[in-house]
Amino acid sequence: MVEIGKNSIVIIDTGVCNLTSVYQAIRRLTDEVIASDDPKVITQAEKVVLPGVGAAQSGMQSITNKALIETIQQLTQPVLGICLGMQLLTQTSEESSNNSPVKGLGLIPTKIEHLETQGQPLPHMGWNQLSNMKHPIFDGIANNAFVYFVHSYGAPISDYTIASSDYGNKFSAAIAKDNFIGLQFHPEKSGKTGEAILNNFLNLRIEQ
Amino acid sequence: MLAKRIIPCLDVRDGKVVKGVQFTNHKIMGDIVDLAARYSDEGADELVFYDITASAYGNKVDKSWVRQVAEVINIPFCVAGGIKTLEHAREILAYGADKISINSPALTEPELITRMQDEFGKQCIVVGIDSYHDQESNSYKVKQFTGSDSTTQFTDWYTLDWVEKVQQLGCGEIVLNAINQDGVKNGYDIEQLQKVRSACTVPLIASGGAGSIQHFIDVFNQTNVDGALAASVFHKQEIAISDLKQQLANNQIPTRID
Repeated sequence: MVEIGKNSIVIIDTGVCNLTSVYQAIRRLTDEVIASDDPKVITQAEKVVLPGVGAAQSGMQSITNKALIETIQQLTQPVLGICLGMQLLTQTSEESSNNSPVKGLGLIPTKIEHLETQGQPLPHMGWNQLSNMKHPIFDGIANNAFVYFVHSYGAPISDYTIASSDYGNKFSAAIAKDNFIGLQFHPEKSGKTGEAILNNFLNLRIEQ
Repeated sequence: MLAKRIIPCLDVRDGKVVKGVQFTNHKIMGDIVDLAARYSDEGADELVFYDITASAYGNKVDKSWVRQVAEVINIPFCVAGGIKTLEHAREILAYGADKISINSPALTEPELITRMQDEFGKQCIVVGIDSYHDQESNSYKVKQFTGSDSTTQFTDWYTLDWVEKVQQLGCGEIVLNAINQDGVKNGYDIEQLQKVRSACTVPLIASGGAGSIQHFIDVFNQTNVDGALAASVFHKQEIAISDLKQQLANNQIPTRID
């Protein structure tokens, strides 16, 4: 087992997505970051990042194959899901190769739906603006700051929305419940704004 | 509001950034990693790296510089040129690229687009199209292997048909390079981009012809493209990205300014 310090950030290595960009972005902020798929290492981390690029079905399949579902569900430290990682924190996703929705980790009570864009191109790809931010992870971030999105599915606005964005319709740019936070955009690709958001996550304290 | 993207393109050959006029007489412009960092700092929304010799000569080019780029920049970037197999694509994405762009190999083997989509997701797969205006038939057609004069070939594809086809096969974005315009700085091919936009439901990026800030304003005002790509005007510092973005904002074009 990898020895890790008490203050470590662990990026969950789901095996389906590329960790390089997330790793590099956090590495620019702290030395204490590793990638791992070992449940013990993940459980001991001070903070956990669940990255994700790709489809919901393969994402859940990979977490299932690595027997990490319960490990993630039982985490009490701050957990940050990014893009597909955010989507996996919810109850279900419509993004499925058959017609039945993909079951998620069920940690944030919302669901992932196909984006309704009023005819604008999909995927929703590029820099879009954040508004209605209400979570310490956005401390110091200006209203209407731009961050980088790449997705065709998303979470509707709900009680768990902590930031919204607009692409034809408003949708959740970020969601949270208790220690679980999900960002639909890619902070690791969002320039200085993304770096500030990641830094806020590293400094976050969740009241137990 | 979704910002219109400004995308400097760095043409890479033998590990150096080069840029030529209509794909010939390439001149060395600077080191890849230095230029990537500079553009990222200046406010570029995304970068594209085209390895312009790779497809033309059929060799697999060392792309380890991709990892160095990923270490220094925190904006998205795409790698193009000579990516012919899932293995090439997997390696480049593992180095930290966000997208891969395929052009000639997609024309040779269209199913490659679908296989890449299935493995990496649509959002990773960009198709580059080198389109020229054929005077004789007054239509737009696709060329292949444009990395060098000696290898450039005509294909059987009309541009609009190919645009439809690559979307059916699963690409997530199209870069349309008007090669009558490339390097000549007369402005983007507005008429062609309007036609392609009407056939394109994935993000569309304009390429070829940028010579002035007004050309960027025109392409965003007159076509509904998602981004505009340019090379030499940025490398030669004829246009500063910060000035360009300020001018776009002054013209009510949605722009990211930090």
